[in-house]
Amino acid sequence: MAVATDLIAKTDEQKAITEMVRQFADEKILPNAEHYDHEDEFPAPIVEQMKDLGLFGVTIPEEYGGMGLDLTTYAMIVEELSRGWISISGIVNTHFIGSYLLMKFGTEEQKQKYLARMATGEIRAAFSLSEPECGSDVQAIKTTARKLDGAYEINGQKMWVTNGLLSSLVFVLVKTDPSAEPKYKGMTCFIAEKEPGVSENSGEYAGFTVPPKIKKLGYKGVESTELVFDGYRCPAENILGGEEAGLGQGFVQMMDALEVGRVNVAARGVGIAQRALELALRYSQERKAFGKEIAQHQAIQFKLADMATQVEAARLLTLRAARLKDAGERSDLEAGMAKLFASEAGRFCVEESLRIHGGYGYSKEYEVERLYRDAPLLLIGEGTSEIQRMVIGRKLLQRHKI
Amino acid sequence: MKICVLVKEVPDAAVEKRIDPSTGRLDRSGERNLNPYDTHAIEAAMQIREGGSDVEEIVAVTMGPESAVRALHKAVSLGADRSVHLSDDSLAGSDVAATGYALAKTLQRESPDLVLLGQQSDDGECYTIGAVVADHLQMPSLTQVIKLDVEDGAKLRCERQAEYGYDTVSVEMPAVISVGDAINEPRYPSLKAIMGAKKKPLDAVAAGDVGIESDHVGEAGSQVQCGDFKPPPEKAGGEIIEDEDTDETVEKIVAWLDERKLL
Repeated sequence: MAVATDLIAKTDEQKAITEMVRQFADEKILPNAEHYDHEDEFPAPIVEQMKDLGLFGVTIPEEYGGMGLDLTTYAMIVEELSRGWISISGIVNTHFIGSYLLMKFGTEEQKQKYLARMATGEIRAAFSLSEPECGSDVQAIKTTARKLDGAYEINGQKMWVTNGLLSSLVFVLVKTDPSAEPKYKGMTCFIAEKEPGVSENSGEYAGFTVPPKIKKLGYKGVESTELVFDGYRCPAENILGGEEAGLGQGFVQMMDALEVGRVNVAARGVGIAQRALELALRYSQERKAFGKEIAQHQAIQFKLADMATQVEAARLLTLRAARLKDAGERSDLEAGMAKLFASEAGRFCVEESLRIHGGYGYSKEYEVERLYRDAPLLLIGEGTSEIQRMVIGRKLLQRHKI
Repeated sequence: MKICVLVKEVPDAAVEKRIDPSTGRLDRSGERNLNPYDTHAIEAAMQIREGGSDVEEIVAVTMGPESAVRALHKAVSLGADRSVHLSDDSLAGSDVAATGYALAKTLQRESPDLVLLGQQSDDGECYTIGAVVADHLQMPSLTQVIKLDVEDGAKLRCERQAEYGYDTVSVEMPAVISVGDAINEPRYPSLKAIMGAKKKPLDAVAAGDVGIESDHVGEAGSQVQCGDFKPPPEKAGGEIIEDEDTDETVEKIVAWLDERKLL
């Protein structure tokens, strides 16, 4: 009898792609992650190879030089990259959100101008909502843009911008009408251009400063920065969707992008959880205690069983959210559930794996130490677990209103 | 120059090899993939082309069941221009000699200047198919080649892995060369190449199309008789010497080695 395995079934191409990315992670990412993590250094040679492989244009339509693949395939790729190192998927992640914003809301001119160069990775994109004093409460942002002589002058400070320094484009959410009620109607998304790798921009990008990268617990190698806008002038045509259609639409656009962003983070959770499980399976069959491999002790087997169950459930939730989105169906609730569950599964599995590794897990000699520092990023980035629960709760009540 | 690369679909390396008790042959079920050694052969062909030789075509050729199409897709995603799939029920059960004959017949239709292949398959590991094919095609054959250069467009200068160091051998083309994995580092197929693989021409041929005589292939046409194959015995646990007094331990180890005439 046929068994319905729609969620995990892969097309021939998806199989070939995930095989390729897994091999790439095994041969190029995993053997080098320790070095880049330790030095907190941008993994430039790996990123260059990723450009050649086409990994920056996965979801960008073919007419703009991308591969035109769906969110599901993208999620499969992200899982494999994150299994190698979540910083690598972080380098692709904000770029993916930026290209999604352009594809969905950009004008034809904006698409022509940026997408082809984004598909090859020639230019990379970041996106920015958080500020020093607000993260989850997006409507509390203070950065403003005021129209002066045909352009918008942006003033304010942004925080936690992944790829903040090396990107060429930042999709930045600011207030264009601070007195708007409700507040979100006064928010606009600008495509802020800058010189990649430059801290103090000058000339046409003057007033756009990227302070030194923030030092973090984990998620190293990819820079997280503040952005300081001080009289930075952004042309009106750089409003996402154009001035006429895009002014005041920033909040809605960003929330839409965060929905696919949640599937993306969920896939990263699956990847890191999967890796933690692999390491635990290996170590527990090598290490002996009380006369046998520790994997033969029920206490360890229970941990392995719980980890594997979490990985599988997280993967299924992620693929379901992605497939719903690809089918054009509503997936906000599912994406929130996937993000919540998979990021928590990542945290759970790395901790269990660390415990299984005992003292060695706590040493820098073993990979699981890095995973333990990397995993918490996913609990916070693109909506904390608490925010996910709020979103899920509200959506549930909306869908089941009596 | 026209290069044909022989490729094979094999069980994935992660799948443990075992003998199927019902057939007495290698169990080839489960996940399958392109034989890793063959990816080095494709890469070698690509490097000949990129090295400036006039390579007009790189053709991947396989013999295998319907599922082998996936291996051909991988081969073209790695750079081959098109592929040929020899598939026929009459070929099932062919041994190495019969397979070599069938592949040679398929290659004859292509008239290649150079046939490349991986030195061994990940499943059967016979190392011999290249020599069998070369014999049928009446071409020189070199195996375990780890460096390959085209000279004057008609000759190959090869380094062949030997027990100690390597031999340098010069051969005239056409030739059949099997390569080792030290020859190069195969590239990764790009997303574009993977997505385009199904669009490259794939020529499906049956035994009759290439003039294979049916009594030379399949179980009937094979000399090898599958007997009572069994998995190799499990390794013994070994002897563990606890190191309490190091001098004594060394003596014990030396005595153990001496007993077995290993010193």
